[in-house]
Parts: sequence; structure tokens; C-alpha cells
Amino acid sequence: MSTIAPTPAAEAARPVVRRRRRFTSLPYLLGLPAVLTLAVGMGYPLYWQVLNSFREYGLAQQFGQAPTFVGLQNYIDLLTDSGFWTVLLKSIAFMAVTASATMVVGIAVAVLMKHVPGWSRIVLQVGLLLAWAMPIVAQMTVWNWLIDDRNGVFNYLLSLLPGLDLTGHNWLVNPWSFFGVASVIITWASVPFVALSVYAGLTQVSEEVQEAAQLDGAGGFTMLRHIIMPILRPILVILLLLQLIWDLRVYAQIELLQGFGARGSQYDLLGTYIYGLGVGQGHFGVAAAAAMLVMVFTIALSWFYVRELLKEDES
Amino acid sequence: MRRSIGRGLGAALALVLAVMWVFPVYWMINSSFLSAATISSLKPTFVPFGGTFTNYRNVFTDSGFMAALGMSLIVTAIALVICIAVAFLGALAISRFRFRGRKALVLAIILVQMLPAEAMFIAQYKMISGLGLLNSIAGVSIIYVAMVVPFTMWMLRGFVAGVPADLEEAAMIDGCTRMQAFMRITFPLLAPGLVASGVFAFLQVWNEFALASIILTSDSSQTLPLWLRNFAQPSSLGMIEWGQVMAGSTLVAVPVIVFFLVVQSRMTQGLVGGAVKG
Repeated sequence: MSTIAPTPAAEAARPVVRRRRRFTSLPYLLGLPAVLTLAVGMGYPLYWQVLNSFREYGLAQQFGQAPTFVGLQNYIDLLTDSGFWTVLLKSIAFMAVTASATMVVGIAVAVLMKHVPGWSRIVLQVGLLLAWAMPIVAQMTVWNWLIDDRNGVFNYLLSLLPGLDLTGHNWLVNPWSFFGVASVIITWASVPFVALSVYAGLTQVSEEVQEAAQLDGAGGFTMLRHIIMPILRPILVILLLLQLIWDLRVYAQIELLQGFGARGSQYDLLGTYIYGLGVGQGHFGVAAAAAMLVMVFTIALSWFYVRELLKEDES
Repeated sequence: MRRSIGRGLGAALALVLAVMWVFPVYWMINSSFLSAATISSLKPTFVPFGGTFTNYRNVFTDSGFMAALGMSLIVTAIALVICIAVAFLGALAISRFRFRGRKALVLAIILVQMLPAEAMFIAQYKMISGLGLLNSIAGVSIIYVAMVVPFTMWMLRGFVAGVPADLEEAAMIDGCTRMQAFMRITFPLLAPGLVASGVFAFLQVWNEFALASIILTSDSSQTLPLWLRNFAQPSSLGMIEWGQVMAGSTLVAVPVIVFFLVVQSRMTQGLVGGAVKG
């Protein structure tokens, strides 16, 4: 508790007024509710999860038997289970495909917005915003109606194409088709954010610099490489990372689509798989281990973004 | 000449894309005004003004809807009030002070935002069920507050940092106490930031599905997203009343869309802010 009171003379000598440096408990008091909130809602569950990922915690423990420590057994069980690997690889593939599709479409839409007349750009922006604003449950419900096998407008329109009759076709039965539908819906829902962010980035590229470069004889590719990309790259990297993270966390969408279509392990991604293991079958120890793997994977994936945010905090 | 043709084509393409993105939203609203007979015809009705409000009347008389609306309002209100208070104090701490442990706190709130629900929901479920709070307002509120505090705190931190501490210090030199300086100078300047962060927290809680679906499993404790999920299930005859389902979906979505449009520009800035500024 040292209080350093600067003398008025010393204070005046300094060009910039410096804040008084003395120990105060105020920041701790202010931060305490936040710390408590995190400790209760996240900290304790994390502690439980780490602990029980190393314990046998199944149905017997649900009925009062004490959990026993089993070391890495839960992790070994998971990593030697082909079912887990299938779900893991499916989730990663789903994430990669959906995130790439979102980025490609989003960037294309942004570039288009840069080059079209103002009125059509505004129409497109409003359209994107409306889609972006839809709550997930409403999105999934509407899409389920669009692809309804009997009265869905999607099958109706596709059947208008010559030689194609999709009346009564159910898109949610075949697992490939199921994940295709999920990927299309999530891409549709995520493109607006990417497109509007990339467009915001493109408007940062100064017209004068581009004209000057053109006068100096720069072609399209040179412009892209030396003028546009340096400004756009950081935005693109962060957007791609966010998309990857968000497309890994698709429990709500997959769960809803399973509820509308068909249940079964062949339609599972990590979220629904972990839920099934834990709440569904009561294998809480193994489910905790699986959740730990997802957590570590997510943190590894997002580390770059976290570091960027920390840098932003420093400045 | 060639340039203007190109721009014309570009505009046409932009309109096609706009239609593709808006169509599901349009279709939801359009279908909600169609009678059951019209909607079950094999030929879809594209032009609006189906003109019937029966679907909405049926939703409002569905007892589940009103109960879920009440549940959503209560849970959101509780989570929002606590979250704003906690996050605001926390934001003051991390943006106005340098203290030991600050860095750990900042890292924790950033990391928590990255974690998907699936990385923790089994443990959260066990905790809530251990407390005997499954299917209760308290149980889901605890989880929701912890879910939205990190993002809200991070967002408010930016707003607090935007108000120079010098202003407060100037007021203190003029004879205000620290508290007075804060209440008279800083707090009014932060009001827009508090509103914006509050709307975000509202949207997150109001729309939340994953955690609600595991904590609120009984029919008598459903929030609106859960109600809509159940409402969209086929009846015992295997039929879905699509007009009603779309009316329900519209009722869930429209308030969200309105609020979202109000704060959207801040959302884009918040997430890629540092990168856009370069």
C-alpha cells in the first residue's frame, strides 16, 4: 500500500499529466462480480469437466456410486473408437467445406457490391441484412418448409427443370444430402457477415492510390497484390478464422435439422455426438473427455485471433 | 458503352443475389398469411396478400406460445439486468485501471467467447441438475449471464476507453469527487454504448437455443426458440400446419430483425474492428 504523492513541482515538470499511481482496491471490487459470474457459470463446469474426463462416470455414478479415477482411459477409449474418429473427421470436413464456401461467396458478393450502381448495392445490402438477422431457430424452420418433400417450394421449382421430378423427395434422409442442406443453410446465414465486412474493407482502399498506380502502369494483378491485398489480408484472415470456429459449433443447427428430419448417429457432428454420449447415454466421463478435445481444438484454432484481441487490448 | 453494359449486368446479378438471400425471409412472411387450404396445394403461392390472419390468431391462442413468451421475457430480463451491471463494472475495471491479474481476466473473457456451447454444455448441465435447477428460470439464467458477460464486457471496454479519463480528472480538479465526476461526465457519455451492448446481450439471450434445449426440457418451461421447435413438429397424423408454423416463426423473428438492424453496423466493427482500422 505505498502511496507515492508527487510534489507539485515534479508534477508540473512533466509534459503529460500522469495518473496517480497508488494501490487501490477499487478495480478488484469492480471486477469481482465479473470474476464470480465466470467462476460460477464457466469455471466450475470447467473444473468438473477436467476432473471427470479422468474418471469413470457412467450410469452407476448417476445412481450414487462414487466415481473412480481411471487416468487417461476415457481419452484412450475415445481415440481408439472409430465412431469418434468418423464424427471428428466429418465435423472437420463440414467446417472446412462450409467455411470455404462462405468465404468464396462472401468475397465474390463484396467485390460485386463494389462495382455495381449504388441503388442495386443498397438493395443487396438490405437483403443480406434481413437474412443475417434471422434467429437460428427461425432460419432452420423456414428452410425446413422450403425443402418440405410435399409442398416445399424448392422441390417445386427444381421439378420445373426439364427431365427432373423431385416431387416428394426428402432431402434429409440421405446423410450426404442432410449435411449438404445443413451446409447450404449455414453458408446462406453466414455470407452476409463476410460480404459486408469485406466490402467495408474494400472501401478502405483509397481511390487516389489506385489511380496513381494505374498511371504508373500497374495492371489488375499488380494492383491486387500490392495495393488491395495488404489492406484486405488481415480482415480476410480474421473472417476465415471466425468462420472456421463458428462452423465447428453447429450444435443448434444440426440438432434442429435432426428434429425436423431423421435422428441417428449417421447424422451426428461433434455437438450432437457429445450430447448423445453424455445426456443421452449417461457416459459423462467419456463425454467430458470428448468435450475437452473440442475445447482444446477450438482454442488452438482461435489462438491467432485471441492474440490479435489481446494486442488490441494493449494499445 | 461496354462499361455501362457491364454495370447493368452487375446490377442484375446483385438483384438476383438479393432475391436469393431475402427469399426465405419473404417466404416465411408470405406463407404465414396463407390459409391452410392454399398452403397444402401442390402449386406454391408466390404472390403475397393471402389475406388471412387465422394463422396468427391460432398462434396467439396456443397456450404454449404465451407461456413461452412469458418465459423468454423473464429469463431475458433477468439475464440482461445482471449481465449489464456485472459487465459494466468489469469493463470499468479493465479499461480504467492497471492491476495485478488484469491480464488473466482479459484473457479469460476473450477465451470464453471462443468456446462453443458443445465444449461445456455437458458440464453445465450436470452443474445445473446437481443444483436441482433443471427446467427453472434460475438455472438457465445462471448459464445465460455467464454466456453473455464476456462479450458485453469486451464491447463495453471499448466504449469506456473511448471516453478519455482526462475529462473525469478535469472534473475532479474542479472539485467533484471521483463518484460525482463519473456520474456527471463519464456515465452520460457511455449511455449509447450501454444501449448498444444491451441490445446485443438481448439478441444473444433471446435467440439462444443450444443451452436452453438441454436445461429446459419440460413442456412447461420453454423459451420461444424451444416453443417454435416443438410447434414445427408434425402432428400425430404426420401433418405440419405450415401456415401456423410460419406465423410463429415470423413472430419470433420480427422483433429480432428490428433490433438487429438498429445495432448491426456496430456488430461488424466490433468483430473485425482492429483489422478494418488497419
